[in-house]
Amino acid sequence: MSTPVTVIGGYLGAGKTTLINTLLRQADGHRLAVLVNEFGALSIDEDLILAQEGDVISIAGGCICCTFGDNLVGAFTDLLSLSPPPDHLIIEASGVAIPSSIAATLSLVQGVTLHGTVVLLDAETVQKRARDTYIGDTITRQIETADLLLATKADLVDDGHLDILRDWLGTLTARAALLPVRHGAVPNEVVLGLPARPDTLSVRALEDHGALYSSLTLYQTAPADPHALIRAFEDSHFGTLRAKGHFRNAAQQVMELQGTGVRLTLTPASRDPVALAIVFIGLKAELDKDGITKALSPLNFHPKT
Amino acid sequence: MTLDEVFHFAKAKLPTAQQRELTGAPRTPSTCVNAQTGEDMSDITIYFAKKIITMNPARPEATHVAVRDGRILGAGSLKELEGWGTYTLDDRFAEKILMPGFVEGHAHAMEGTLWRKIYCGFFDRTDPSGRTWPGLKSIDAILERLRDAEAELTDPNTPLGGFQLDPIYMGNVTVNRQQLDSVSATRPIGVLHASGHIMNVNTKALELAGLLRPGINHPGIPLGDDGLPTGVLKGPEVYMPVGPHVGFNRSATDADEDGLRAFAKLCVHTGTTTVTDLASRLEPEAVEMMLRVTGEQDFPARVVPLKFFMGHTPEDLVQIAVDLRDRSTDKLRLGRIKVIADGSIQGFTARMKAPGYYNGAPNGLWYIAPEQMDQIYRLALQAGVPVHTHTNGDEATELVLDTLAPALLANPRPDHRFTLQHCQLADTAQFRRIKALGLCVNLFANHHFYWGDEHYRLTVGPERATRMNACRTALNHGVPLAIHSDAPVTPLGPLFTAWAAVNRITASGRIQGAHERIEVSEALYAITLGAAYTLHLDGEIGSIETGKSADFAVLDQDPTKVAAENLKDIPIWGTVIAGHIQAAADQ
Repeated sequence: MSTPVTVIGGYLGAGKTTLINTLLRQADGHRLAVLVNEFGALSIDEDLILAQEGDVISIAGGCICCTFGDNLVGAFTDLLSLSPPPDHLIIEASGVAIPSSIAATLSLVQGVTLHGTVVLLDAETVQKRARDTYIGDTITRQIETADLLLATKADLVDDGHLDILRDWLGTLTARAALLPVRHGAVPNEVVLGLPARPDTLSVRALEDHGALYSSLTLYQTAPADPHALIRAFEDSHFGTLRAKGHFRNAAQQVMELQGTGVRLTLTPASRDPVALAIVFIGLKAELDKDGITKALSPLNFHPKT
Repeated sequence: MTLDEVFHFAKAKLPTAQQRELTGAPRTPSTCVNAQTGEDMSDITIYFAKKIITMNPARPEATHVAVRDGRILGAGSLKELEGWGTYTLDDRFAEKILMPGFVEGHAHAMEGTLWRKIYCGFFDRTDPSGRTWPGLKSIDAILERLRDAEAELTDPNTPLGGFQLDPIYMGNVTVNRQQLDSVSATRPIGVLHASGHIMNVNTKALELAGLLRPGINHPGIPLGDDGLPTGVLKGPEVYMPVGPHVGFNRSATDADEDGLRAFAKLCVHTGTTTVTDLASRLEPEAVEMMLRVTGEQDFPARVVPLKFFMGHTPEDLVQIAVDLRDRSTDKLRLGRIKVIADGSIQGFTARMKAPGYYNGAPNGLWYIAPEQMDQIYRLALQAGVPVHTHTNGDEATELVLDTLAPALLANPRPDHRFTLQHCQLADTAQFRRIKALGLCVNLFANHHFYWGDEHYRLTVGPERATRMNACRTALNHGVPLAIHSDAPVTPLGPLFTAWAAVNRITASGRIQGAHERIEVSEALYAITLGAAYTLHLDGEIGSIETGKSADFAVLDQDPTKVAAENLKDIPIWGTVIAGHIQAAADQ
């Protein structure tokens, strides 16, 4: 059983603390483990804290938060040996770290599966910061290598500003999906990836944020080549923020798919799924359902009839 | 007999050096004995040496130094020192040269722990027991030494570790896992490179770490024709998951008790009496251990650990340093902070100003956000906590200057002695600002010897390589200067470091940047008072003069008399620390 892990990065002031507190509040029984570079830099809302002992803060609902200082891999080993182990690991990268580098390292750690790198940027100030002599290139590198970009404080700027921001981000990266976040509201399923549980296809994001998000579920009718699936998403993510599902390959193996923007990760499924299907979620205004359906049709995925 | 008479008796009985030369009196330590009780009653020892280089301009050279309770009463002639009262004359150093104990301002106690691994370096290097391991000039020689070590291990699962591999001196040849498999295919093996940046492992180690599989896609893990990792692991983040399987524990940078003791033995072998542990986590248990061990009367080093910044908010960090400061003892000096701004030049992670790296590599990485650096500086200035900042690239140095200038305006702290560590690429304009802001520099003179050729050829190109570690420029601008080894990156050895700064010879034998060479006297100052100054310890150590601690380096030759190119080859007998004699041969 592999534990999903999401790397959350972005420069100081981009809203990482707010986001992580939101994720903890919305954990809904999921045991999240948050690894932070240092306490204090991430202040967990006091009402969430049950206890603090040394480097570990216990949080309501079975979540924990611990510091890793300069030894991420060591902290990982400790967390995965907990009983019961956390359902999902969240790494809060330091403001100057390149989250994709951390993600690359995670690919070497046994027992975890990457659910994408999420980079936060302050919609108001990121372009100015990106021109800074010292940290400008760090910020653009964070953006260039992200899977999913969250433009925070989007409620503080007008639509014209967002368009300019979107164009500018487009010059840096074609691969990352962009999600404007208003008033800090964002579903866990989008930030962390859809739950790794094979027994559900329901998307809570849509229940809580129905007005904003939309989803598409496609069912597999015959085995498909996984590489063709990845190729279908190579050039465009069709407005997909997240994808999750199971399918059968030509060798009759059941594979699990996780998608963040254009990043699709395939791993052999650990359990039999309830259905061979993939769920795609995105913003209502952006999710290109027809595009996805058309692209996956030759791969034997179809909407339920 | 009255006390005065005892003194008089004692003085009369003790031959002066001159008398002894004339009379041929035996060169054994004389003692002063109370005629009635038979007890040794003198608490003053006067050491006679062939020459004492004091670094004290009032008396630059002397033949005798008087010590009481670990403190220097004075240096001069025996006649001048007799005025301090009854003494014991100790002439064991009659054929030796005494200098102030050397001060290493940038080393890591990890050097002590690394010696539990097998030495695989290119240059001869001395271990804590005093054994000199010959440098290995080929991969075959390295494999042979590993085989010898393997043969001595009885438990088949014990990992075998090596350190200080440096293929740049062997035409950058790569070592693959199959070669290490020839040492053992069943025992995990890992060999750390001198840079600390790369580790070579065998097949068993990859297997244990779950990395012996196809489909790995990581820039730090080259794959062989078979699609499997070659066993070269580039970058600490890449080899850290493998480290525990090959005996490199996750907190390898912190010395345990045995490591600290081994580190101190290395100090004795190199004439070092005060040594920094420049990036120490200083967890509570580690502090207790360090207090206990350094508190032993015979522990042969003063240790100055700097609290590593990572993992704490600026507020917590400065508070920890303040709390630690109050726990300082004579031999353990706490209450300083180490910040790392950027990476390394040879790892292409140093932050460079335009035009950047010579080979076009992208700019390096920040290890701290400018806002955090600013906060640490401001709080530390308020609290009077010195901060030493690692900068390698010139852009990192520039950031420190740009950050410290406004922080100092808002929080004036005369004599702050904040220090730039490494500061390898600072240019002249930056040295002018360094002086203006009251910063000290501790330049990496050894680096110039070990990697100067690489910098010339590959990383920063000929012009900047020629001015790197600009000791002459620092002194010309009146910047307080120390020079360092960064042990274990290069071997601890202040005389070697002085040699490197004086000669600026690279490993290939070229003089690179003759205009940045400094005089022997300046280099000797840098490894004593210069380094002590960066630690605010120059009032206590660093010179042989009245009131200072009796910390000496005991040398077999006079560094001011040997040819400058032989400075590094001067044999070192040992040290004296707070009056306690430490012979290298006994370590």
